[in-house]
Parts: sequence; structure tokens; C-alpha cells
Amino acid sequence: MAQRFREVLKSGAFVVTSEIGPPKGCELSKMIHHIGLLKDRVHALNVTDNQSSVMRFPSLGGAILVKENGGEPILQMTCRDRNRMALQSDLLFASTRGIRNVLCLTGDAITVGDHKTAKSVFDLDSAQLLKAIRLLESGKDMGGNALDGGVEFCAGAIVTPEARPLEPQLMKFEKKVECGAEFFQTQAIYDLENFRRFMDYARRFPAKILAGIVLLTSARMAKYMAENVPGIFVPPSLIEELAGAPKGQALAKGIEIAGRMIRTLREEKICDGVHIMAIGREEVVPQILQEGGLGAPA
Amino acid sequence: MIRSITRQKSIEEILRLLEGMERVFIVGCGTCTTMAHTGGVAEVEAMKEKMQAAQKVVTGSEVIPVACDNLTEEMVCRFLPAMKESQALLILTCAFGVQTLSRFTDLPVIPALDTLFIGKELGTGHFQEVCTQCGECILGETGGICPVTACHKGLVNGPCGGTNNGKCEVDPNKDCAWTLIYEKLKKEGRLSAMRRFQPAKNYQVEPKPGKILLEIP
Repeated sequence: MAQRFREVLKSGAFVVTSEIGPPKGCELSKMIHHIGLLKDRVHALNVTDNQSSVMRFPSLGGAILVKENGGEPILQMTCRDRNRMALQSDLLFASTRGIRNVLCLTGDAITVGDHKTAKSVFDLDSAQLLKAIRLLESGKDMGGNALDGGVEFCAGAIVTPEARPLEPQLMKFEKKVECGAEFFQTQAIYDLENFRRFMDYARRFPAKILAGIVLLTSARMAKYMAENVPGIFVPPSLIEELAGAPKGQALAKGIEIAGRMIRTLREEKICDGVHIMAIGREEVVPQILQEGGLGAPA
Repeated sequence: MIRSITRQKSIEEILRLLEGMERVFIVGCGTCTTMAHTGGVAEVEAMKEKMQAAQKVVTGSEVIPVACDNLTEEMVCRFLPAMKESQALLILTCAFGVQTLSRFTDLPVIPALDTLFIGKELGTGHFQEVCTQCGECILGETGGICPVTACHKGLVNGPCGGTNNGKCEVDPNKDCAWTLIYEKLKKEGRLSAMRRFQPAKNYQVEPKPGKILLEIP
């Protein structure tokens, strides 16, 4: 039985989370395999919610699977596809299925996904969703009505330490803390000096910060991320390091880089933990953890 | 001035809508669609040619000064003889004009344009949506820039993670509303307004369809 995530956050341990992306369809065996591979190696597993605006098996279903398979799920909830009524009722259901952790996100734009003509909802934003969770915990819904049977969630959010301009992003971060965010998983970070500066600021707030570690699988991928993904900065030296890897060894180099960053973050106590995103390469997460000095290999 | 911003439908869609209707009367508008080059004199003439090329009979055409105005009824009366010879009105005005015309004729009304948004003309040929008439104005706290409209996601509590050096992740030609708001409020010395939590919006201020009946003494 996995330890409650909130207890892990409070324990002062270096927190490690990773994530599972539900499939396009009902074939769950691969997801179940990934859950089995990771559930005892990390403190909790995020389950993504129609990630990148691509319609998939739901995050709620995935979170239940994590729970059923003995892991500790973090239910990702975006505001893109559901209005406040649907979000609240999903939270009630999640609570009855033993899901205790929620990550509140705005959600990617519909136009980047695979249902480009769908209506985007955004009835609430991520700060308002956090507030709604705290309201439900007080026994009331957003309509002001009393609930018969309450909920309790460890609620988190995301922050982009490399956003430009940065100050508006930080103002929203502070709003999220005020709205009840207990932990933050950051957008991918690669420049530890920049991240140190962010942490000097973020330490002032009563929330745990888990640095986002996205596995770089090749120099080309690193370059693409740096050039095309908002809020991601990859130092040229890292791209060169990947480019310099022997043929066929780029992935191994990416694992080494991720592990090295985790080790530094942990040993130098830069932040409270890491959130490892291996997007499509979940099977190498145990190797990343081993490189980072966090557990035995698979 | 506020403008209704339109774009012409594909000729394939227009011809599909006109299926079985051989005789058409074409209507343009002298205001918004003239400015947007979608339904002025030139576009009505071009549409005439397209219709003729598609073996339609154009019974007449007219560019009405302001199609959405109630005076349109008088224009319809004036062109009644030609319209009576027609099986449809093919209309190069915005949807306001189409619906106004529809009130004054029993002929089928076929829109040749799609109405994209109600916006402002910032410069020649440069139109931008600035207000979506949400009924709950927060401009007083956002530096006079509306995030409900100018932010792709309509976020009211600050930028999302897709903010990209002042631009929006969905389109590098579009500004990030929250960067603009931040810069404006900073200039005003009112960044504290941006720190205030905006509660969930009321999306039913004026339940659709909007209708107000003023009691005027």
C-alpha cells in the first residue's frame, strides 16, 4: 500500500513523482505495465488528462488503475474539456475511488491537438479549480449548496520557471498558493542556475516544489524543445553534449543528463523533489532514477 | 468604430446552399463588409460573375448602405420586382445583415460570408476582436485590455504556461494578452490589480439569447 502523497510531502523526504500517459483506445496493458514498473520506485504517479489536447483514455480512469494496481495516483485535471459542474462531479467520484491527489492545470489549447474544431471550455482556470477543491472540502459546492459526504485532496499545480516575461507567471504562482496549492511540479528545467534563482524566490512560499525533468532523447529533440516549446530553455552546452554522444548513444546520454540533474537537485537541496516525464519512454525511468542515485535498476 | 468581421465562404459551399435555386439576387453592404473587402461593390460584382459562371441567373444586385439597419426594409421594397423574379437572396453581409434581410422577405436567404467576430479596425485591413460582450466587465483591473477576449483561453487570473515571449502559443502572430496586461498595469503602477484573485465568472449574466426590454417612461 503506497504512502499517502501528502504525508510524503510533509516528511521532508526528497519527493519523486513520474507520470503515465493513458492510451488512445482501450488497450490498457501497456499502461498497466508502466504502472507496475514505476509504482514502487516513485512516491506518486501523475496520470495525464487528454495531454496535448489529444483525446485519450481519461485521466480519471488511469488514476483508478494506478490505485487498483497499488500505486499512489495524482489525478491531472485540466480546465479545457469540462465546465465547473463536470469538474466538481469528477472530483466527487475520484474521492470515492480513493484518489487523494489532484494536479490542477489550465490545459493546452484545443488547436494544438487532434480535435481541432472542438469547443474549448475554460469555464474555470487553474487557480479557480484549486479554490473549488478547497470549497468542496469545506462541504460546499460552487453553487453554494451543501454536500452530503465530503472530499479531501492534496492539491497541486504547475509553474513555468523559464517563462518570459517571468513576473506575470510568478504572480499566478502566488495566486495558486493562495488558492490552496500544496505542491508544484514545474515545466521542464535544464538550466540549474536559472532554477536556483527561481527557488530562491519560491522558497518563501508554503508549497513544495518538484523540478520538472523531461528526458532528452537526442540533440534534435533538445533543439526542437528549446525552439518550439514555450517556457523551455535548453542551454546550448546540453545540446552539444547530446550531439557529441556516440552513434546510438544519445538516449543513454539523455538518461545520464537527467540523472545528473536529479543528483544535483537532491544533493544540493535545491528543491523538494523531482517530477520525471519520460513522454513515451516510461521504461527508462528506473534507469534515470538509478543515475540520479534514487534506487536500484529494473 | 465596431465592425462585424467576415470571410467569404468557399464557392463550393455557396453553390451547395443554392442547389435547386437558379435565379439569385445578390446583396452587399456598404459598411462592415465593404471595409473588410468581403461584400462591397467589387465583391458583389465578382460574385455576380461567379454565379453566372455556375449557370445561375443573376436577377439583380444591390449594395445596401447599412444592411443591419431597419431602413433595409425600404431597400427591400424598392427591389421587390427583381426579388420577385428570384428564388433566393445571396447575401454578402454579416450575419446581422442576413437576419435583418430575412425579416423583410419570404425568399430564402443564403449567406455568402461567415461572420468571424465583432471587432475593431486598428488600421487598414487590420481587424481585431476586443470584446466578447461577457456581461461582467473586468477592464478596470486589467489595464483596459480584455483577457476574456484577448487571451485564447479567456483566462482571468494570469497567463498560462503557453505564454511565449509576449506571444501566444497558439499563434505567433497573436499577442499574449497577459503580457500586454502586465506591461500596461506596470506602466500604471497598478500591478497589484493583477494579484487580485478573480473568482469564477458568471456566464449567465444575460442568459442566451440576449434580450433587453427597457421600460422607458
